[in-house]
Amino acid sequence: MLQYIVKRLLGLIPTLLIVGVLVFMFVHLLPGDPARLAAGPDATPATVDLVRKDLGLDKSLPEQFVRFVSGVLQGDFGRSVRTKRPVSTEIRERFFPTFWLTIAAMAWSVTIGMILGVVSAVWRNRWPDRVGMTLAVSGISFPAFALGMVLMQIFSVQLRWLPTIGADSWRHYILPSLTLGAAVAAIMARFTRSSFVDILQEDYVRTARAKGLAESVVVLKHGLRNALIPVVTMMGLQFGFLLGGSIVVEVVFNWPGMGRLLVDAVDMRDYPVIQGLVLLFSLEFILINLIVDVLYAVINPTIRYR
Amino acid sequence: MSSVVAPVASTEHVRTPWSEFWRKFKRQHVAVVAGMFVMFLVIVAILAPWFVPYDAENFFDYDSLNARPSAAHWFGVDPLGRDIFSRVLMGARISLAAGFVSVAIGALFGTALGLLAGYKEGWWDRVIMRFCDVLFAFPGILLAIGIVAILGGGMFNVIIAVSIFSIPTFARLVRGNTLSLKHLTFVEAAKSVGANDWTIVLRHIFPGTIAAVVVYFSLRIGTSIITAASLSFIGMGAQPPTPEWGAMLNEARADMMNAPHVALFPSLAIFLTVLAFNLLGDGLRDALDPKIDRR
Repeated sequence: MLQYIVKRLLGLIPTLLIVGVLVFMFVHLLPGDPARLAAGPDATPATVDLVRKDLGLDKSLPEQFVRFVSGVLQGDFGRSVRTKRPVSTEIRERFFPTFWLTIAAMAWSVTIGMILGVVSAVWRNRWPDRVGMTLAVSGISFPAFALGMVLMQIFSVQLRWLPTIGADSWRHYILPSLTLGAAVAAIMARFTRSSFVDILQEDYVRTARAKGLAESVVVLKHGLRNALIPVVTMMGLQFGFLLGGSIVVEVVFNWPGMGRLLVDAVDMRDYPVIQGLVLLFSLEFILINLIVDVLYAVINPTIRYR
Repeated sequence: MSSVVAPVASTEHVRTPWSEFWRKFKRQHVAVVAGMFVMFLVIVAILAPWFVPYDAENFFDYDSLNARPSAAHWFGVDPLGRDIFSRVLMGARISLAAGFVSVAIGALFGTALGLLAGYKEGWWDRVIMRFCDVLFAFPGILLAIGIVAILGGGMFNVIIAVSIFSIPTFARLVRGNTLSLKHLTFVEAAKSVGANDWTIVLRHIFPGTIAAVVVYFSLRIGTSIITAASLSFIGMGAQPPTPEWGAMLNEARADMMNAPHVALFPSLAIFLTVLAFNLLGDGLRDALDPKIDRR
């Protein structure tokens, strides 16, 4: 097991390196002089030169890259062009609202999605299946920003049950997490259903039934356990989807998270902040995929010995 | 397993892969309806400029700002006095074009890379798959935002961004199919009679991957339309007054209290369009995937 984890970690190094180079190159790919961008539009040539020296932009690209990586490893992403504060501080303030929002969305959507999937598979081609799968295909077809606006209009504006914007109490989390999780719940439901339909046709399920076990035991013990293996992988992939989706949902609900920060940073051309956020989002995504792979190996021992 | 004797095909009916596909697809009534709806949308999108009742961008009815749907304005009027029906129709052009073009580019490059990686294996395979891993290391929309941040906003750049993030999906899919196809006897046979690599890949392997590519194509269009609309919604894609559906929703946000119908119709348009592509894709998959038969 340990060997497998070490192997996976080593396998990450080339990916991390390429992601690092891409994020580093990002500022250099931009049209225009990075030093001028950092100094601002009103800076004099002397100031631009000063900024260039200060940021190390006068050195060769490889030297700059080493500097960039060692900075990142120490948590130094440079300073925001807009607020002049360190990018790490900006991101730290916005990290937890996004983190909790993603967790809340993941929790409800996986639970509901799997229940819908199992129910649809067990009552395949009958009305619970039809209702479940209609909901699911609608869920993947309704864009999050439109869903968010609809929910806000109904529950906050018309009924006045829930707050519209902000992230102060648990009540603020309800609508954004519903919006963010809807597509994931739909994908999980479809995936669980097809995985479960396959499992229910296996010989060991027939044997379990033949032994006279109660249907609920067959479904939950023999079926669910085996169906979980592909479902866990899917869950990991969906986490990345949630990270991306949070960007749009945070705009709809004016959520004080990293997604909102990213959109504002793109608007204001605040490149150090964009760079830091893109790197952080990708690292999170890579890390989650690693955790999923390890979990997968825990559930399914054959993977470890490949 | 109970074995059922297959009915003998009548002599005048020759079973080709195409007729097999059509026979199975016809039975999926939902998918057939979805397919017809997609065709209807395409026709609307092409012909929209000739039959929209008002100019989508430059007609302003100042007497009926925020008016609800009526005979004169089927979908109502927005806060600037523009006809929402005309704008939604013209928006279909943008969204469908964005979806088709970006997925077509992604499928083209992805399929080529997948064939190359799967057929050559070894060094080519490692480099191409590593490149895909890296693209997968960015959550889809984040990659698009990064690209838009470099290239600047606007619909053209959004299409490029969405194309790029469609590439790895197709590459992986086609690579997997190629790997399993290239060890089959008909490929061996082609090799043994001296067919060159191009002939083997294009004539013998590529046709075997088409089914999977077609299914993904339809499903990806839905995703791409949503991504493009999302980018416009957060202000990085089409800019006002362009009647792109995501951009229209973003404009509608400001006046949700007084005029919720302004947001309703573009939302419905995106939903129905994406739904149609997803249902069509599901039906194509069921008709093209041999595994489905036993269910």
